[in-house]
Amino acid sequence: MEERTDTFPRLLLHHARVRPDHPATREKDRGIWQTWTWREVADEVRAIACGLAAEGFQRGMHLAIIGDNRPRLYWAMIAAQALGGVPVPMYQDAPAAEFVFVLNDAEIDYALVEDQEQVDKLLEAAPSVPTLGHIYYDDARGLTRYEGVTSYERLTERGREYDQAHPGFFDEQVAFGRAGDVSGMLYTSGTTGKPKGVRQTHGAFIAAAKGSAEFDRLRPSDSILSYLPMAWVGDHLFSFAQWLFVGFTINCPESGETVMTDLREIGPTYYFAPPRVFENLLTQVMIRMEDAGAIKRWLFAYFTGVARRCGAEILDGKRMDVPSRLQYAAGNLLVYGPLRNVLGMSRIRVAYTAGAAIGPDLFRFYRSIGINLKQLYGSTETCAYVCLQPDGGVLFDTVGEAAPGVELAVADNGEVLVRGPMLLKEYYKRPDATAESIDAQGYFHTGDAGFIDAGGQLKIIDRAKDVGKLATGAMFAPNYIENKLKFFPHIKEAVAFGASRDHVCAFVNIDLGSVGNWAERRGIPYSGYTDLAAKPEVYELIRGCVEKVNAELAREPGLADSQVRRFLILHKELDPDDDELTRTRKVRRGFIAEKYGVLIDALYAGRSIQHIETLVKFEDGRSGLVAADLRIEDAAVLPAALPKAA
Amino acid sequence: MAIGVAPVVSPARDAPSREKPLPARRIGDVILSLEHVFLAFGGVKALQDITFDVREHEVRAIIGPNGAGKSSMLNVINGVYRPQRGTITYRGRPRHGMNSHAAAAAGIARTFQNIALFKGMSVLDNIMTGRNLKMHASFLEQAIWFGRARREELANRAKVEEIIDFLEIQHIRRTPVGRLPYGLQKRVELARALAAEPELLLLDEPMAGMNVEEKQDMCRFVLDVNEQYGTTIVLIEHDMGVVMDISDRVVVLDYGRKIGDGDPATIRNSQAVIDAYLGVAH
Repeated sequence: MEERTDTFPRLLLHHARVRPDHPATREKDRGIWQTWTWREVADEVRAIACGLAAEGFQRGMHLAIIGDNRPRLYWAMIAAQALGGVPVPMYQDAPAAEFVFVLNDAEIDYALVEDQEQVDKLLEAAPSVPTLGHIYYDDARGLTRYEGVTSYERLTERGREYDQAHPGFFDEQVAFGRAGDVSGMLYTSGTTGKPKGVRQTHGAFIAAAKGSAEFDRLRPSDSILSYLPMAWVGDHLFSFAQWLFVGFTINCPESGETVMTDLREIGPTYYFAPPRVFENLLTQVMIRMEDAGAIKRWLFAYFTGVARRCGAEILDGKRMDVPSRLQYAAGNLLVYGPLRNVLGMSRIRVAYTAGAAIGPDLFRFYRSIGINLKQLYGSTETCAYVCLQPDGGVLFDTVGEAAPGVELAVADNGEVLVRGPMLLKEYYKRPDATAESIDAQGYFHTGDAGFIDAGGQLKIIDRAKDVGKLATGAMFAPNYIENKLKFFPHIKEAVAFGASRDHVCAFVNIDLGSVGNWAERRGIPYSGYTDLAAKPEVYELIRGCVEKVNAELAREPGLADSQVRRFLILHKELDPDDDELTRTRKVRRGFIAEKYGVLIDALYAGRSIQHIETLVKFEDGRSGLVAADLRIEDAAVLPAALPKAA
Repeated sequence: MAIGVAPVVSPARDAPSREKPLPARRIGDVILSLEHVFLAFGGVKALQDITFDVREHEVRAIIGPNGAGKSSMLNVINGVYRPQRGTITYRGRPRHGMNSHAAAAAGIARTFQNIALFKGMSVLDNIMTGRNLKMHASFLEQAIWFGRARREELANRAKVEEIIDFLEIQHIRRTPVGRLPYGLQKRVELARALAAEPELLLLDEPMAGMNVEEKQDMCRFVLDVNEQYGTTIVLIEHDMGVVMDISDRVVVLDYGRKIGDGDPATIRNSQAVIDAYLGVAH
């Protein structure tokens, strides 16, 4: 009889049988990479599952998973699935108050969390979460005096006893599983309103994993670093679904701060990161290059110039003249190779970025030094699997072609529609939202506005509901403008306003690392973010960026009216803790417009200075007041370029 | 049985209690006692007739205005200064003329008010120096990295990694100490003191110069050390909020004299202490 591999627990048992001694999970602990083979992982999962069963966990129940990327948390997800339960990974950096909504919405009784920090937050949330009854923790530090919470060791010990008493139990439970069962519930980031629980089936995630794994020819010998939030669909696809489908190795970093070192030590062959990670890496490289000696600086400048000219073409396998090839080969030896090594990217075959728009220069830089960086498009509702860029067909302004098995369409209003096996089963307890987002033909409405270009690749413009019109009638796509601003390393966040207004104005957040370094080089003293943001020199620097964006917008058809006339630099960084950004760092436009209404009025009233006081939340949960007088400046705008004669 | 229905019987569930439990660690007998200790530098009387004790597993705070004699007290305990009069009894044995090496060998470790780390060495190497007394291999063995030297180094490194993990400083393992911000240097110094696996840990203003968040972290680490390793801790601290939160008993010094001794609540309400801090005419 052919072996069935249509659920994640079955896939795990499959790997434990086929490649029992192949490393499945690694974690750096106490300075040393610890390895668990597929057989060992299967044993642990069995113990967790039996332990949960002994503690009363039943089919259909939800298991909250909260913490950094820890092997035991990944294993617990399979254990919950093996019992017919549903793992609900949650954002580990959210404060207790934010936990309450999800915990109640998902009616969480059982939770497995990383450490004392998460246990404390759960206990703080507990009075408002009546269902919460069982808390298990991985790292015992500081928890020995707590009562009513159970250690992972105790749970698995209990599980092993239970397993001995009921030997056939685990396999029986796995055999109950069906591909159509819900395998996980991930919460949307909630750019508008409360997060929604997206219920995905084993079948959907396995289809997404299969499609993408075959598309990029992933194999069991591949190795990845699992460091993105476990609650994010991207991590769930890369570190969980593809891991179990392909059978490669996931590596968990020692801590959030050691990711860079761990990346270098592991040298993954397959890598996934949101654009800001690539951006931070490049910023670090640039800062260190500025401190390097003259010869190194010259070498770097010369060979990145060569790479810019022909690197991406060579990676795409295009024909290039011999001198260029020779120059590139020398650069590879002297600069690109060592640089890839420093970045921990020497072994990368495929790297993806998604989650936000990536700057064209940034994107080209990585490709030009020989890193096969590509873009993909997807969302929580589609298992992060809609479009992928094929090797040799990588463009910086598209997100790729429809992935295998996915049907793509564009509605009359420009909204992107998708259909395929990877679609969500439903939003939890929200039949209204489910009905609203999936139409009669089975298409899921992504909420993104875009179009399919001549080459069959999808190009995303903005969130459909954000695309508005200026008072002049011209199209206004705020995200498009913001992304252009954010492509400058000095600008971390931007928020553009302009719907139903005469012209566009913007808030800017400077990047403290990048602008701070810039200021230090020029001997400009500053005490912190608020002080630096208010410096006239910094305003001058940002004005330069804004005006460059204006020049680009002036050249684009229909967007000349979208040039930014006036801008201000916010006195504080936009922060998820203050509800200004989502946990995946997307701007919550409506909330910001309301909170900073006085600043928007000042922008449009033509005032040059505006006083503002803002309540901020600190990481320890306390709050305080930040007050500042913000300067508002004008930026030069250009006349619309005449359409070029054909 | 119908397919899809799990044959699980839910056992009786006991809901976890919501209140944070009181400390479960047992505060034991007196391990260190100072009796009638006098210490003077010429005409300056740093400590005058000080008597107090420290019990096993407790967090004991020493507070007092500047110049009250707090650091002198720590220096007397770990043998840097020798008191002119008085007795110090550690673990039932009177200590006369104890020097700091003997104190370290007896299981007393400390940190300093002004950080005393090797600035040019990495965090890892700094903490390794805390294991100095645990290394017994000869110079020759260490030079050729053989036998005992190798075994010892591996065991010591494992212990150091445990402390690095405990204090969450993995990301700076290889960073030279001089390049670290102040709050982290303080943490590295605590790590080095812990590397000696002390029974009694003396902390001289572990939270001075830190911001609120760093202080909170440090408090948590001090309590975790006390809880997990059962280490007895004597600390000097100026932040009253911190002292009242984390210590079991507090002793108050002013101008080299003891003016208060007791649990935090008693100290908070003591008139003598309030006068010393707010200032009254002497």
